[in-house]
Amino acid sequence: MVYVAFFAGALGAVGGAVAVIALRNPFYSVLALVVHLVSLAGLFLLLYAQFIAAAQVVVYAGAVMVLYVFVAAYVGAVEEPIWEPIPGQRFLAPLLAVALFVELSIAVLGTGLKALDTEGPQVHSGFGTPGQIGTLLLERFLIVFETASILLLVAAVGAVVLAARHRQPEGSE
Amino acid sequence: MSATTYAWLVLAFPLAGCLINGLGWRVLPGRAAGWIGTAAIALAFLNSIGALVMLLDKPVESRELTSSLWTYASAAGLDIKVNVLVDPLSVYMILIVSGVSTLIHLYSVAYLGSDRGYARYFSYLNFFVFSMLLLILAGNFLLLIVGWAFVGFASYALISFWYRRNTATKAGMKAFVINVIGDVGLVFAAFFIFRELGTFDYLSAFHAAPQHFSTNQGVLIAICLLLLVGAFAKSAQLPLHTWLPDAMEGPTPVSALIHAATMVTAGVYLIGRTYPFFELAPTAADISAFIGLATLLFAATCALAVTDLKRIIAYSTISQIGYMVVGVSIGAYAAGFFHLMSHAFFKALLFMSAGSVISAMAGTQDIDRMGGLRKAMPFTSVVMIIGALALAGFPGTAGFFSKDEIMAFAAHRGGFYWIFTVGGYVGALMTAFYAFRIIFRVFWGEPVPEARELEQGHLAHAEPENPLSGEKEDTDVGFPGPEHHIAERDRPMWVAMAVLAFLSIFGGALQIPGVDDVIDKFLHGAFLDSSLYEQFPSIAADWEGLAVGGTVAVIGIGIAYLVYVRRPGTSAALIQRLRPIYTLFVNKWYFDELYDAVVYRPVIAIGRFANDVVERVVVQGIVAAAVDVVRGVGVIVRGAQSGFVRAYALLLIGGFAALGLYFLIVSS
Amino acid sequence: MDVTWYIVLSALLFAIGAGGVLIRRSPLVILLCLELMLNAGNLALVAFSRAHGNQEGQVFALIVMVVAACEVVVGLGLIVAMFRRRLPLNVDEMRGLRG
Repeated sequence: MVYVAFFAGALGAVGGAVAVIALRNPFYSVLALVVHLVSLAGLFLLLYAQFIAAAQVVVYAGAVMVLYVFVAAYVGAVEEPIWEPIPGQRFLAPLLAVALFVELSIAVLGTGLKALDTEGPQVHSGFGTPGQIGTLLLERFLIVFETASILLLVAAVGAVVLAARHRQPEGSE
Repeated sequence: MSATTYAWLVLAFPLAGCLINGLGWRVLPGRAAGWIGTAAIALAFLNSIGALVMLLDKPVESRELTSSLWTYASAAGLDIKVNVLVDPLSVYMILIVSGVSTLIHLYSVAYLGSDRGYARYFSYLNFFVFSMLLLILAGNFLLLIVGWAFVGFASYALISFWYRRNTATKAGMKAFVINVIGDVGLVFAAFFIFRELGTFDYLSAFHAAPQHFSTNQGVLIAICLLLLVGAFAKSAQLPLHTWLPDAMEGPTPVSALIHAATMVTAGVYLIGRTYPFFELAPTAADISAFIGLATLLFAATCALAVTDLKRIIAYSTISQIGYMVVGVSIGAYAAGFFHLMSHAFFKALLFMSAGSVISAMAGTQDIDRMGGLRKAMPFTSVVMIIGALALAGFPGTAGFFSKDEIMAFAAHRGGFYWIFTVGGYVGALMTAFYAFRIIFRVFWGEPVPEARELEQGHLAHAEPENPLSGEKEDTDVGFPGPEHHIAERDRPMWVAMAVLAFLSIFGGALQIPGVDDVIDKFLHGAFLDSSLYEQFPSIAADWEGLAVGGTVAVIGIGIAYLVYVRRPGTSAALIQRLRPIYTLFVNKWYFDELYDAVVYRPVIAIGRFANDVVERVVVQGIVAAAVDVVRGVGVIVRGAQSGFVRAYALLLIGGFAALGLYFLIVSS
Repeated sequence: MDVTWYIVLSALLFAIGAGGVLIRRSPLVILLCLELMLNAGNLALVAFSRAHGNQEGQVFALIVMVVAACEVVVGLGLIVAMFRRRLPLNVDEMRGLRG
C-alpha cells in the first residue's frame, strides 16, 4: 500500500516538475507546479509530517501559487524565442543537471549513514502533529519563528515598494 | 696662533666670501660683491703670511705640521681625518695662490664692472680659491681628491660663465670631461696607495714608501703613472691638453687666475708633493720629464702660428708648465717651484694686459686685426712688455733666473738629461720669439682705427659678438656686459698690473745664484728625505746656464723684431714657404680632430646604438610585451563577463557539480 | 519505504529544477523552477527528519516555506515592475552586467 502511495506521489511530483520546465505557456507551468506541490504534500503524509503537508497545501499551493496565477494573468504569456544566444547553454544545461543528479545519487546510495537504509525509527503517535510542531516553534525555535515573521514583514513592504506606481511630482504650490 | 690655525683660517675666508656673495647676490649693491671677494682673499693672504711666520719659527727639520678638524671615516682599516698639512711647500703655494688671487680679484672688480652676473662671478672665483687652497693644504689623498674635484668644477663654472655663449659652454664641458679623466687616474692612484701602504695620510704614506716598495717596482710605477694622468689632465700636458686653449672662452681674469697662475700648477704641485714615490720609481719620473719636454716644444710651436691673442698666451702657459713638469720630474724641485712662482706673476700680468688690449679693441681677440696701440695705451704696453720680457727670460727678470735654473740642473745631472737642457733652450728661443711676436704685432706698426679712436680719448665700441664665431650677442645675463674697461682708466686694474709688473722684474731677486737662495733653503724643509734635492749645480755652472739662456732670449727677441718690425712682409713670406709646417702648427697638430675621430665619434655611435637598439627595441619591447600579455589575458578573462544571467547560473551549477565530484572522489 | 527513496527523489527534483533555471528565459518560469528546487530541499528535510526520528527537520522545512514565500513575493514584484516599465520579460535581454 505504501509503495503505491509513494509511486503515485513520486510520479505526480516528477511529472509536474518536468511539465513546469517543458511547457511553453507560463500559465500552464504554474498549474503544473500546483500538481507537483500537491503530490509532495502526499509524500509528506507518508513521512508522518501531517502539519507540513497541510501547510504545503494551504500556504504553498493555496496562497503562493495564487499569487503566481495573478501575476501570470497580469503579465500574460510571452512567446520564448527558439534561438539560444548563449553558446553551449542548450547543450551544457541538461548535461550539468544530469551530472548533478548522478553525483547526488551516488552520494546518497553509497553513504555510510545506516539510518537511510531503514524506514526510520519507531515514532511516537504525536510525531508531526500540529501540537508537537507548535510546541517546538514556541519553545525551542522561538527566535527563529519571530525572525521569520520579521522576514515576512520586510518582504511585504519590499514588494509594495517595488511594484508601486511612481506618482508624478506635484507642481509648485 | 699656530701655523695650522692660520691654515684653517686661510681656508675659511674664501669659503665665507663665496657664501656671502652666493647667497646675498640680490641685496649686495653695486660693486660690493667684488670688494667682499677681494677682501676675503686678501685676508687669506694675510693669514698665509701668518702661517709662514709661525712656520719659520720652527727648526728646519720639524716643519711638517698637521692638524685635524674631525675624523671623516674610521672603520675597517680606514682612518681618514679632515686634516691639513702645513709644511714649507704648502705654505709657499698658498702664498702664491692667495697673493696672485688677491691681485686678480682686484683687477676683476673693475674689469667685469658692467656684467650682469657680477656677484655670481665673485662667488665662483672665491669658491675656486677655496678649492685650490684646500687642494694644496690637504693632508691626505682623500682631501686632495676633494679639492681636486672642486677645482675642476670651479673651472667649469668659470669657463662657461657667459653661459649663453654656445662656444663657452662647449669649452666648459670639454674642460670638465678631460678633468674627470684626470680625476679617475688620481682616484685609482689613491686606491693603489691605500692597498699597498694601508693609509691615505701623506706623512704616513711617504714614510712607509721606502720600506714597502723596491726601486721601480711595478705597482709603484703604476701608482706614479696614474698620478701623472691626474696631474697632466689638470696641468694641460700632452695628451690631455686640448681643453686649455678652449678654456679661453672664460673671462680674461679667469684665464689669468685659473689657467695661468693657479689651477694648472696643481699638477706640478702633485708631482712635487708625491716626490717619495717618484724618486723610488725613476722610470716614471723620466716618463714624466719626457712628456713635459714634448709638451714644452709642442705648445711653443703652436704659439708661433695661432692668431688669437688669448690662445697664444694659453699655449705659452702649456709650454711653461712643461718646463715646471720637467723641473720637478728630474729632481730640480726648488727650481721648478721657483719657476711656478715667477710664471704666476708674469703670466697673470700678460693675461691682464691682454684683457685691457681686448677691451680697447672692443672685443676683438685676433692679433692680425691689432696694431700700433703703443701710443693709445701707454701703461698697458709698458707692463705687457715687462711681462713678455719675463716670459722670454730676458736677463734680469724673474723668468730669467727661474727658467734657466731648471736647464742648469738638468745639465748638472748629466747622462741623457742633456736632452732636457737642449730642448729647454730650443723652447726658450721659440718662447722669446712668440712672446715678442705678440708685442710687436699689437703695439708696433700702423695704428688700427680702434687705436686712433683711443688716442683721441674715445674708447672704441662695436656690436657685441662672439669673438670666435662672430655670432651676434646681447649684453644681458649670460653674456659679457656692455662696457669695456682698460687699465689706463680703471684704478683697480692698473694697481694690480703694476704690482705684478714689479714682481715680474724683481721677483727673481729671491734666488740669484751666488747671492742668495731663499727658495732653496725654504723649500728644503719639505724635501728632507729627497736624494735629488741637494744636487745643486755649482754657482759657475749656474751662471753658465743663465748666460746661455739670456743669450737665447735676446736672439729670440731680435728675430721677432726683424720679422715683425724691420721687414713687415717676412712673416707672410715665411708662411708661404713653410706652408705644410705652418698648417700643422696653426691646427694645433690636429689633436682636436684626432680626439674627435678616436674618442668622440665612437662614443656617440655607441650611445646611438644603445638608444636605438637596446633602449627602443629591447627595453621598451619587453615592457610593451608585458603590457600586451596582461591585456591579452584580460581580454580572455573578460569573455566570462557576458552579462547573461543564465550563463552565470550555469557557472554556478557547474561549479557545484565539480565540487561534488571532487568530494566524491576524495571520500571514496 | 526506505528513506533512501525519498532522498533520491529529492535529488531528481532538484536536478530538474536546476536544469529548468538554466534553460528557460521567462523570469516567471525561472522563479517557478526555483520553487521546484526549494521544494526538493523541503522533501529531503522531512525525509531526514523521519530518519532521525525528531521533528526539527520539519520545523526547518516550515521556515524554508516562509522564506520561499518571501522570495516569491519580491520576485513577482520585480516582474510586475519590469512589465510596468515595458521591459521585455526575457532574462537574456538584461545584459547590464556585461563587461
